[in-house]
Amino acid sequence: MATDPLPNALLPSRRGPSFGFLVSSPIIALATICLIAVIASAIFAPWLTSHDPQLLVPANRLKPAGGEFLLGTDAYGRDLFARILYGGRISLLVGLGSAIISIVIGLFIGLVSGFFRYVDAVMMRIMDGLMAIPSILLAIAVVSLSGASLTTVLIAITIPEVPRVARLVRSVVLSAREEPYVEAAISLGSSLPKIMWKHLMPNTIAPLIVQGTYVAAAAILTEAILSFLGAGISPEVPSWGNIMAEGRQYFQIKPSLIFWPGLLLSIAILSVNLIGDAARDALDPRMKQREAGK
Amino acid sequence: MNASANMPVNERPIALDIENLVVAIGKTGAGKKIIDGVSLQVREGETLCVVGESGSGKSVTSLSTMGLLSKDALKVIGGSIKLVGEDILQASERRLRELRATTMAMIFQEPMTALNPVVTVGKQIDEVLRTHTSLGAAARRTKILDMMEQVRLPDVKRIFSSYPHRLSGGQRQRIMIAMALVLEPKLLIADEPTTALDVTTQAQILRLIRDLQKDHGTAVLFITHDMGVVADIADRVAVMRQGQLVEAGPLKDVLSNPTMDYTRNLLSSVPSLTPRPARAEDATHPVVLEAAELGKVYREHSFLGKAREVHAAKNVTLTLRKGRTLGIVGESGSGKSTVARCIVRLIDPTSGAIRLAGQEISGLSRSALQPHRKKIQIVFQDPYRSLNPRITVGESIAEGPINYGVDRPTALARARELLELVDLPADAVTRYPHQFSGGQRQRIAIARALALEPEVLVADEAVSALDVSVQAQVLKLLDDIQTRLGIAILFITHDLRVAAQICDDVAVMQRGQVVEYGPAADVLANPQQTYTRQLLDAAPGRGWDFANFRAVDTTMATA
Repeated sequence: MATDPLPNALLPSRRGPSFGFLVSSPIIALATICLIAVIASAIFAPWLTSHDPQLLVPANRLKPAGGEFLLGTDAYGRDLFARILYGGRISLLVGLGSAIISIVIGLFIGLVSGFFRYVDAVMMRIMDGLMAIPSILLAIAVVSLSGASLTTVLIAITIPEVPRVARLVRSVVLSAREEPYVEAAISLGSSLPKIMWKHLMPNTIAPLIVQGTYVAAAAILTEAILSFLGAGISPEVPSWGNIMAEGRQYFQIKPSLIFWPGLLLSIAILSVNLIGDAARDALDPRMKQREAGK
Repeated sequence: MNASANMPVNERPIALDIENLVVAIGKTGAGKKIIDGVSLQVREGETLCVVGESGSGKSVTSLSTMGLLSKDALKVIGGSIKLVGEDILQASERRLRELRATTMAMIFQEPMTALNPVVTVGKQIDEVLRTHTSLGAAARRTKILDMMEQVRLPDVKRIFSSYPHRLSGGQRQRIMIAMALVLEPKLLIADEPTTALDVTTQAQILRLIRDLQKDHGTAVLFITHDMGVVADIADRVAVMRQGQLVEAGPLKDVLSNPTMDYTRNLLSSVPSLTPRPARAEDATHPVVLEAAELGKVYREHSFLGKAREVHAAKNVTLTLRKGRTLGIVGESGSGKSTVARCIVRLIDPTSGAIRLAGQEISGLSRSALQPHRKKIQIVFQDPYRSLNPRITVGESIAEGPINYGVDRPTALARARELLELVDLPADAVTRYPHQFSGGQRQRIAIARALALEPEVLVADEAVSALDVSVQAQVLKLLDDIQTRLGIAILFITHDLRVAAQICDDVAVMQRGQVVEYGPAADVLANPQQTYTRQLLDAAPGRGWDFANFRAVDTTMATA
């Protein structure tokens, strides 16, 4: 008996998240461009300005914008433009760093607690406990206990994000482990790490990309808040938060000290959040089904 | 009562007249035509069954009639649909809404999703009356209760104020029918209304539709893939394939003398209820699988009070010899899948023993079980979910052997051989599951199970999701493989026709227990238990021998 013919003209293709959504609408495209511009300005800061962001020149304090100093100088005579560019490095590093670290740790915890019921009960209560602590308070506590440095700030910001990622991964794993192909893998004698890595983990990639953007945006904001409160990294290293904190005293005479870093902070966070929303719309399994279904 | 009820069917007025319907994909209908020139007529008091396999366009035809095509995806680009003389395709949205309740009504496959879960069923029926009639509250209630009596719901006052989740699947479908018929529409469209129901419930619902139609003179357009259902309720049959009408005519003509090859093939693919001739049992063949007093109890712990116990399986004892096929049949909730999953150790039985090739495996730990896993493999019902969509077919098939120490190149080469064994081209190894049809995927799943050279293959409803012609191919494949490899098959199914054609022995399960167990020829042709007899009586189309295009002598089957 003949079987129905194989579909032709179909090349082997890997079905995974595609990144076409980044240009799916003018707003998203604009957000993508803005984010790329912010990232590029931070990376290429040494080429965009010749000023040292940490050089104190009291003679040049509170110079207006224009001329030698593109955006003027702050109370210690440091170039504001240079400080904002270099400050972006810290903010973006914290954003990216805490997104990656929280995803790696959260993925592991989520996979394990999604698969083993007995680990789940304990692990999720710990996560619930972590989520109950206000993240800013936790961060201030961690920083004041172990001193201000990029690493401590990163750790302080990442800890409260881990439970969110872990819960997300766990929920994906809980539904995926009921899939017949996972049960088939069990009956094929696949080891647990293999089942998790090959059959369960790929299901979490799309939601994790989306969650990662939210974590990054929240982390950039939290870092700025910590720096503003004086609980962030040391004040001589520029970051958007501490530039604004220092500018606060001179707000009446020179509002641009707060305006420019604030603007960049807003653009960066808004762009990341918009891209996150677009990613969620593009990767949502229900949307995918609607496209595939007849 | 309807005035035309006494007229011969072919002289009654035409209720629905579909003329040369063309439906195409796309907002403007610029895409591929998925209905191409279909013409159908249904007269008052007549049942027209539209049959076809998936993708034949039978549901699109009914949705076009209801004016329910999704506006962005599909568009009617030609032909006419006349409902009692009025062209629906020209009707305004407002007029359509009116027609949908008063002149035509539809019932769907899944009665749970068609009902609103947070509104009592009485209120949901009431809404139809409130919108389309000027009756007072008391009159409406009387009418609804009367309608609920007519669809033979018990204790109608209690059900009137019940929420859908309190009702069984059959009762929900009765509510749907009551809602559809409460305004006495001229046309009832039933889209696979019994497919999600158990056979005994299905038989009741079919009888109900038949009786109500007689009383009200309704024209029924009944969409189904099940030839058995067609034989039971149709006056006329229309066979569809790939958007075209293949053949239409009175029931007897189509079933006994189909003119088109496609119809002949479709009918020949329907498995017969008469068990196939028994294969000689060779007692020298070793017993490969034995389940002894297997039990699975689910305990529901509540915070206060006693734990509730549910026996999903109780005292199940089965024996399977090399090269034989044992069927477990039963309705949903009978515990047949629980038994299969216990035997494969996807879930742990709470009592009893499982001996696989002489080795007790029911109490083994995960690691101790590992060497024995390869001796028993399972094929699942849904071919769309049983293969990981992200890895190639070759990887899927090679996964098992690689787990047991075969090196990758050898395992992949073996995967190519296995694909040929299941009649697929060897170069399919590099493709992904979504590039295959349901039947092809099920072949791949079978190849994957065979890759470990198991002694027992468990097929859990493995052909239930497939179209009847594909089902026939997969059943034949299983049969070939069994002959060639001498594998033992444990076949779980709710379909007695399939069981009759593939099983040597059959165990009938009800509420977690085996009620009858013996050679298929005895159990299915000469059942001893009332429950088995009920199941057989409820099997649709039992009066018809499809493969031989003739009616069967029913006295033989029950003798």
